[in-house]
Amino acid sequence: MVLEDMESQARTAGGVPLLSVQKLKKTYSTPGGDVEAVADLSFELREGEFACLVGPSGSGKTTLLKCIAGLLEPTSGTVTLAGKRVNGPTKGMAVVFQEYGRSLFPWMTTRGNVELPLKNQKVPAAARNSVVDEALEAVGLGHVGKSYPWQLSGGMQQRVAIARAIASRPKVLLMDEPFAAVDAQTRADLEDLVREVWRRLGVTILFITHDIDESVYLGERVIVLSSSPTVIQQDLAIDLPDARDQLETRNLPRFAELRTRIYEEIQIAKRGTPAA
Amino acid sequence: MRIMRQLAFTLGLPVILIVIWWLATLGSTSFFVPQPAQLAAELVNVWLGPRLLEDVVPSVVRLIAGLALAIVVGIALGLTLGTVRWLRRLTEPLFEFLRAIPATILVPVLLLIIGINDTMKIAVIVFGCVWPILLNTIEGARAVDQVLTDTAKIYGLNGLRRVRALVLRSATPQIMVGIRQSLSIGLILMVISELFASTNGIGFAIVQFQRLYQIPEMWSGIVVLGLLGLGLSAVFRLIQARVLFWYYGSREGTGDGA
Repeated sequence: MVLEDMESQARTAGGVPLLSVQKLKKTYSTPGGDVEAVADLSFELREGEFACLVGPSGSGKTTLLKCIAGLLEPTSGTVTLAGKRVNGPTKGMAVVFQEYGRSLFPWMTTRGNVELPLKNQKVPAAARNSVVDEALEAVGLGHVGKSYPWQLSGGMQQRVAIARAIASRPKVLLMDEPFAAVDAQTRADLEDLVREVWRRLGVTILFITHDIDESVYLGERVIVLSSSPTVIQQDLAIDLPDARDQLETRNLPRFAELRTRIYEEIQIAKRGTPAA
Repeated sequence: MRIMRQLAFTLGLPVILIVIWWLATLGSTSFFVPQPAQLAAELVNVWLGPRLLEDVVPSVVRLIAGLALAIVVGIALGLTLGTVRWLRRLTEPLFEFLRAIPATILVPVLLLIIGINDTMKIAVIVFGCVWPILLNTIEGARAVDQVLTDTAKIYGLNGLRRVRALVLRSATPQIMVGIRQSLSIGLILMVISELFASTNGIGFAIVQFQRLYQIPEMWSGIVVLGLLGLGLSAVFRLIQARVLFWYYGSREGTGDGA
């Protein structure tokens, strides 16, 4: 464990961090008293990194993501993107939500949805068109631009949401359990799609999931969260080959080791005795 | 074949009722209950003549003007109040009070203030019709889906753009419910505003017939009102289907999305 911690220290020290979360704390006031959802959480992401946040259910993952995205104001602590403090949603971050059915505007075509952030950024029409084409192409949906989201399957809707996110050219792409609501087949396809997008576009991804296998399969790095109030339980480098394959990668002995490792950490997290 | 069946369903009950009416009044000489044929004849004689321009058109124009104003005011105000919480809290008690006042009582009041003219009649219609639209718009604007709201924020959709691209669109199903309610209120107020002090209009004509004991003519006026309501709701449904295609589409959508 000490070794991995040192590794992760070394990694963050290597480059200037793109996204930096420092001593983040989020407390909700409820009629029954204050509830601490996130407690003193710090980590950094380098440019181009693909990190997965994994934690037991109810570990404040979504709260954390919303704080990072600027959708929720942290009670204390800071989020910094490329040296600039995040005080609200910024152009540099895009979010793909779990609820694909509720995150696309049903009164707009697929194309209209992907185009919306660009229109809002006042990108001229010609440039807009080519970016939208590219983004739809990148998620394998070049042909459905004229359809409405509700005419598409769940997996395709989530692809549209991903296309919209990458079309807005974010520095960091935040994904909040994006595949939790799709079937297993679609999920595998979408996982490979996200890896592909990451490799091709070099975008930095922070991917939240409760699925241990998914976190190992996707990430270069897995950050294990504790139960709420959330702190970082473990920060683990995933030293699997870069080219991942649903069958081959998942059958590697190292894959099994890593998932066992994370599984154990999560069991510890569930028992509520934070490691270290 | 399908069209035939649909036609049979649409016209079936009215036809049956008319036949019953026809049979019941066969050989009747009642002064107060006209026969179907007689009524149909009056309908054509009375309403397709000069009265079409003198009474029907003014009524319809006032109704449409009143409804249009109520829709514009109701939606604009509703979107504002639905998105600005302190304004909503400030105005809520006042609106509850105003809403409780029956619009009909405004007829004599506005008669005094504005006088006997179209403005007075339109004002009465607006005052009655604006409430269902306003309240439904507020509800719709408040109930925008949280994920959609977050998405809009993430992509920097702010201010008026947000209201137009997100709040208005997502409140539309609820707004249409309000407009639908206001259609019938509008029709009622159109008639009432013409009963008291008026020189033209369908309501005015019906009262005149009643005073002159022109009973079949009077009944035919009531049928005209029914037909007007029917036409209004048909137009409404056409517009609704166009405006809310996405709403109906997504509810029976092929995707497995929620």
